[in-house]
Formats: sequence, C-alpha cells, structure tokens
Amino acid sequence: MTVPLSPAPENDDLDHPRSDKAESRLKRSLTTISVSVLPVVAAIIVGGLLLLVLGRNPFLFYSNVISHGLIGSLGRQESLIRMAPLLLLAAGLMVAFPAGIWNLGGDGQFVLAGVVVAALGPQMAPYTNGWILFPVLFVVAFAVGAAWSIVPGIMKAWLGMNEIITTLMATFLGLRLSALLVKEFFADPSTTVPQTKVLPVKDRLPRIFGTRVNIGLVIGIVAILGVHYMMTRTAFGLRLRIVGMNPAAAVHAGMNMKALTMSIFLISSGLAGMAAAVQIVGVDGVVRAEWNPAFGFTIVPLVFLARFNGPAVIGFVGAFAVLQIGGEWASRQADLPNYFVVVLVALMLLFLAVSEYLQSRSVRAGER
Amino acid sequence: MDDDELKPAVELVDITKAFPGVVANDAISFSLRRGEVHILLGENGAGKSTLISILSGMLTPDAGQIIIDGEPAEIRSPRDALDAGIGTVYQHSLLVPTLTVLDNMMLGTNRSFRLDRVHAQKRMHELTQLLDVEIDPDARVGDLALGQRQQAEIIRALWSSERVLVLDEPTSMLTPQGVQSLGRVMRRLAERGLSVVFITHKLNEAIDFGDRITVLRRGRKVGELEPLQMVGKGVDDLKDEIIALMFGASSAGADANPSGNIEKAEWLDQQPVCFRLVDVEIQGDGPKPILDGITLELRRGEVLGIAGIDGNGQKELAEVIAGQRPLLHGQVYLDDKEIQRLSVAKRQDLGIRYVTDDRHGEGTVGQLSIAINSVIKRIGQRPFWRRTRIRHAVINEFARTMIAEQDVRTPNEKVPIATLSGGNMQKIVVGRELAKGPRVVVYNKPTYGLDVKTMQVVLNQIVEQARRGTTAILISTELDELISASDRIAVMYEGRITGILPSRPGIEAQLGELMTGASA
Repeated sequence: MTVPLSPAPENDDLDHPRSDKAESRLKRSLTTISVSVLPVVAAIIVGGLLLLVLGRNPFLFYSNVISHGLIGSLGRQESLIRMAPLLLLAAGLMVAFPAGIWNLGGDGQFVLAGVVVAALGPQMAPYTNGWILFPVLFVVAFAVGAAWSIVPGIMKAWLGMNEIITTLMATFLGLRLSALLVKEFFADPSTTVPQTKVLPVKDRLPRIFGTRVNIGLVIGIVAILGVHYMMTRTAFGLRLRIVGMNPAAAVHAGMNMKALTMSIFLISSGLAGMAAAVQIVGVDGVVRAEWNPAFGFTIVPLVFLARFNGPAVIGFVGAFAVLQIGGEWASRQADLPNYFVVVLVALMLLFLAVSEYLQSRSVRAGER
Repeated sequence: MDDDELKPAVELVDITKAFPGVVANDAISFSLRRGEVHILLGENGAGKSTLISILSGMLTPDAGQIIIDGEPAEIRSPRDALDAGIGTVYQHSLLVPTLTVLDNMMLGTNRSFRLDRVHAQKRMHELTQLLDVEIDPDARVGDLALGQRQQAEIIRALWSSERVLVLDEPTSMLTPQGVQSLGRVMRRLAERGLSVVFITHKLNEAIDFGDRITVLRRGRKVGELEPLQMVGKGVDDLKDEIIALMFGASSAGADANPSGNIEKAEWLDQQPVCFRLVDVEIQGDGPKPILDGITLELRRGEVLGIAGIDGNGQKELAEVIAGQRPLLHGQVYLDDKEIQRLSVAKRQDLGIRYVTDDRHGEGTVGQLSIAINSVIKRIGQRPFWRRTRIRHAVINEFARTMIAEQDVRTPNEKVPIATLSGGNMQKIVVGRELAKGPRVVVYNKPTYGLDVKTMQVVLNQIVEQARRGTTAILISTELDELISASDRIAVMYEGRITGILPSRPGIEAQLGELMTGASA
C-alpha cells in the first residue's frame, strides 16, 4: 500500500501552539481543519455518487449510518466500544509515523498479543481479581506486541533495512504463529471450534455507568492524549520528530539513533498489543484461530487525516467507528458488501492527498 | 561593439516581488546584452536568487515586465524560460548521479515517446564543441569530477536552445583550476553571442570574469558598472567601489587580516596543549584509509587551519573529532582525557563543538523554528527543559539573545529556520556551537556560501573566540581565509597531514604544493 504522504509532515503547530497571536492561530487551525475535514466531505459526496450509480439511495444509506452508529443507543455504545482498540493502535502510530518509522506491523502485533492475552486471561482469572488481572494482562499484551517488533527494529536500527517490508513480513508471520498457537497450544478442549478458552464475562473490563461501554475507551483516550503530550511537549518527543524530519541532523546533534529507533518500535508495537488486550479483555473474551480484524491497517489513514494531532485522532477514530458500526447495518440494508465502508475511507485518503497537494502548492507559491 | 550587440537580449523592467515581511525585489531593472558576461553581485538576501528565479520561471513577479528581444514576454514556468532560450544552472545539481550524462540530457528534454539517442549525441557533440570541453557522454554523472559535472549542468541548461545562461553561484564547490576553466567557458559562450548571468559574492571572480556588474542590496539595485567604467581603474579601486555599493560606503577597506600578529604567537607559546589527536585512522570502502595516521597537537586558544582540496579527508576528520564517526584506531585527547569513545552528546558537554559544512542537511532541521534549532544539541537539558518538559519561554529568550548577538535578520525566532538566508542560518549554527563553554571548535568551511561581509563576521568571531581561549580547527579550501585567521596551517592530502606551516602571508605556493601532493 502506498500512502502518498511524507511520514513526517511539517507541523509547526506542535512547536509553539501557545505563543503565537490568536489571530494567526485561528487562521492556522481553520486551515488545518479544512484540510482534514474537506477530504471527509468530499469522500462522502463521491461515495454518495457511487451509491447513486449503484442504484442505492445515498441519503438513506448515510442516515442509516448515522442512526445506527450514532443516534441509536445500542449502536452508539457499539461505536464507543469499537473506538477503544482503534485509539490504542492510533496512539502507536502517532509515535512511529512522525519519527519517520513506518510500523505497518500493527495487525501482527495486535493479533499475537490478543492470542496470548486470551490464553492467559482465563487461566489467571479464577485466582486473582481485576486489580491484578487487568494490569498483568495489559503489561503482557504490551510486551508481546513490543517483542514482535524487536526483529524489524534491530534490522532497521543496525542494518538500515526498510521497516515497511520487515514489519509487513512480521505481520504475516505473526498471524500464522497466532493461528498455530490457538490450534495447537491454547485450544479449548471443551469445544470443537479451534479457539481459546473464554474469559468469563464477570472477569472482563468494568463498564462505565451501567452502559455496555467498558473502560477500554478511557484507556484509549488516555493513551492518545499521553502520546500527544509526549510528542509535543517532551524532549523525547522532540527527538523522535527530529529523527523523522532529518535523521542526519539527529546524528549531528548527538542523538542515539539506535536507542531511539528501538524505542519507537517498542512503544508503537506495545501500544498495538495493548489495543488487543482491550479488545479481548473488554469485548471478545476469546480468540478463534485465524482471527484478524485488521484494525491496524484501517487506522493508518485516520492517523494521517488527523495529522498526528491527538484530539483530532480521537475525533476521526470516533467518526470512523460510527461509520464502521453504522455502515455494517446500512450496507446490509442497501444490500451492499460491508467493504463499502472501506471504499469510503480510501476515498478520504485520496482526497487527503489532493488537499495536501493543493495546500503545499499554495505554500510554495508564497515562498521565495 | 556595434549597436546590435548593445541591444539587450533580455530585459527585466521594474521587477517587484514581495514575500510576507520582506520585499525581495523592489523595482529592479536588469538588462542583458548579447555576448556579455553580466555579474549579479550582492550580499546574501540581497535579492539575487529571487531575481534569477523570476528570470528562470521559478517565481512570477508581483509587478514588472520581462522583455525578450524587444517583445514583452510571459515567463510563468521553467518550461517557458527554457522555451525562451534561458537556461539556468542552479546551486543544487539537477543531474541524476546514477544515470549517464547523455541519459540526463534526454531526461525531460526528450519530448517524443521514443528516446532519440542519435539526436542527443549530436546535440551533445555540438555543445561540448561550443563550450570547448570534453565530457564522455556515457560516463555516469556520479563518477564525474565536480568541474565536469558542472560543465554537464551547463550543457543541460543550454540543451534546448542557447541564448541565455544563468549560473547561480557556480564556483563555490570548484578548485581554483575549476574556477579558471569555468571562466574560459563563460568567455567562450559570450564570444559566441550568448548572454551569461553570473551570480556570485566573490569580488575577485566578479572583476576577473565580468563585462558588466550589477550590484543588489536589500532588494534594490544599487549600482551598475559598465565595461568602460571597469577598464580604466585599478583592481583595488574597483574592489573598494563595489564593496561600498554592496554594503554602503563605510565598510570598504575592512580589516583584511584580523589575526596573525607576533603578540599572539608569543602568547600561544605559553598556553598549554589542550587537544591532541594521536595516530587516528579510519577506513573507507576502498582499500585506502580515509584518514591515515593523523597526529595533531593544539594549544589553548590556537587556530589551526586545515587546508586541502575538497575530499581529502577533512570532513571525516571533523566528524571524528565531533564523535559522529567511529575511528579504527588512534586516540583523541581533551586535556589528558581520552575521548575517542565518547558519544557526540558527551563531547558536546565537554566543549567539543562542530560547525558543520552541511548546514541545510545536518546542521539544522528546516521545518523547526530558529528557537528549537538553537538548542537542538541540548534537547532535554536545563534550563530549556525541566523534568523533560519543554520550556518555550526560556528557549525563545535564548534564541532572541542569539539573534541579537549574531545580528541575524529574521522577523522573529519562531519562523522555520529554512526561511533564513544561508548567512543568517550560519550565524545561528555558529552561535549555537559557541554557546555554553566551547573548548575546541571544529569549523568546517564556515564561510562557504556566505557573502563577503558575513564571511568577515564569522572569521572575526573565530579569531576573537580563540583570543578568549577557545581552540579552533578551521577547515577551509580558501587559502586567503586560512592565512588571515589561522596561527598554523596543516595541509591534508589523501587522508594524511602532508605538512604544517606557521601562517603568514605569502605561503600560498607552499601550501599549494602540499595540497596537490607535489611535495609530500
């Protein structure tokens, strides 16, 4: 997959968001918003035209998306539940992409961590309570996700190998390994379906205020805001961004490239692992062989649409969750394959590239 | 000269171009005659690049007119410029190093579907004849020497039609011989009726090569020296006149030799040796070592010049000292402490500083603000960060002080550093390396690409810092500069030190012998 964007776009909003005059700040945020929102609007319009061509009623489709993904209480809760793993995956990418590291191994890290958590959870649950169980599972999930990026990380940091290739390959290996683990080692003997034991509902993540939404959502939001803070306000985050913007300058300024590269891989992949923990411990409670929701790839365009900005990522992930949950229903109603939602996301990405191009052209026109 | 020759081939009339916060070209008129080499001279930021970008179609002017052969013309894109016969050689190479010369020429000029190699070979032959140079069309551009690569750039610029050739600071990477042969090429082109625009801030070149000189200053045209005005005068008078135009009257006849006196030598003898390299060796890809048994001793406050033709190990030496490059064997001592195993950051703390020659590539991060760039080597350190949290107020204050002290021209410290001109960027880089207790500073071609005045400021600063006890290693290919600023000059040739001379005027020939390996 080619994403027509630089992994480390210039974004001086990150550097001095407070110190500038309110006026120019307003102007800048308006541009930023329009650059991010326009592609979405354009995608919805073109998607609507596509629906028309297919003989479907676009207004009905979109209103179904909204009514089932957002307005209906059940759908809204589903959307919020779906947000949790997506947010954690997005947080991982928000570390890697600005640093110029294309960690596309999210799905392998996610699934492998999910399998380990699903295997470990039901074993531990009878002997502990949530205060111990959840932290342990989260740490384990982080460690498994991170571990799955060690080899690509080393190959990048020491040998300079392209991480797009290595993390993608690691994804396929991870998926195969996960299936193997489920079938051979972690299979629940009490059922013929190749799957892990089921984590009892009472041992899953606590829910918020009597809704079906679990605290995974809170964890996801905290992760996003934490990463946002780290990237914009801390020395570590600035180092990562400099590595992304100009690796030669990072070396010249005395940064430890190998250590930085490794920590990017580990943090980014660890967060992907945690995303799986949220999904398993919060929602599914079980992993079947060949399980792969492919959240890791789906999230990539959203992180770009949001330009690595934490609050914007939350907004886009929320909108996407609504689209995904409501879209499932709307597609079924319109007798379309579920992939239509993916088409919409692809259109957004396409228009993002266009608006990015138009913006950079207008910027260039203003330069000497 | 007959009338036809005096008629301008291209005229820019009242060209105005403004950017946010600065008028880069303020009603500049510039005419180009057939058969002349016209020098465009000015400080960095004077507006030369903008004017040339307008001529070559990279920028469109806000106001003003372009007239070609007496007819008003629209140049809205580089393609338009090429179609009008205006070819430009930019400072940054447009050739693809992995392709052959001929392939490069066909790239973008071959407008039919099939590659027309026969036609390209013919054209290549014509142009090498025109320039009177020899280039193997089948050589890979990456394998060409710099001078030849530049000739290839000129051929590319003249490929579609030969009328006007614009050269944007073409001599900065060339050896003295390369500069001379470029001069011959320009003269030949002019004799064949082309117009050549030659942008530079080197006075000697302007006077040697130019038929006419236009001087820009702060976006305005401040003077034009006609050929007749130029022949009658002595070189020194001419120089003074031009300097006065470029910088205003007062700066003509600036101190050409800020250092190099006997007092300094006596003082140095009493200073302790504070920095040593012992038998330093590093290996390259090939069989020959890049640095081979380098041993140097520097006293506190000494300026050691490193002379040599580009690519004889100077950059690698600088990187070894800074800690960016591991060495195969040998030792580096600061005082009596071995530091060759320490990281860049540790050495930075100890006062080892490196002013890189690659200020765009590794010296700065273009998208980040001046302020962040001014502390980029101290990320995470107090007082700019506290408990790893960034303190913009402190950093901005620090940068403002640096901007004031170094006389950097910028609207404020928050603009991306890429918006600064080369000279102003260099001032920030130098200021950054001199902050907080420098002990040994390696300056790698610190004046490269700077205008005369900034050049002098930077050199004075090196000498001044040395008087205060900062040891300096000054790597340069400009002998004048080395002689004026250094106490001793070491010459590098093929990774070795071929000689060390005390610096005084008149040793150029000796240095030259050492540089070319003639007396090694």
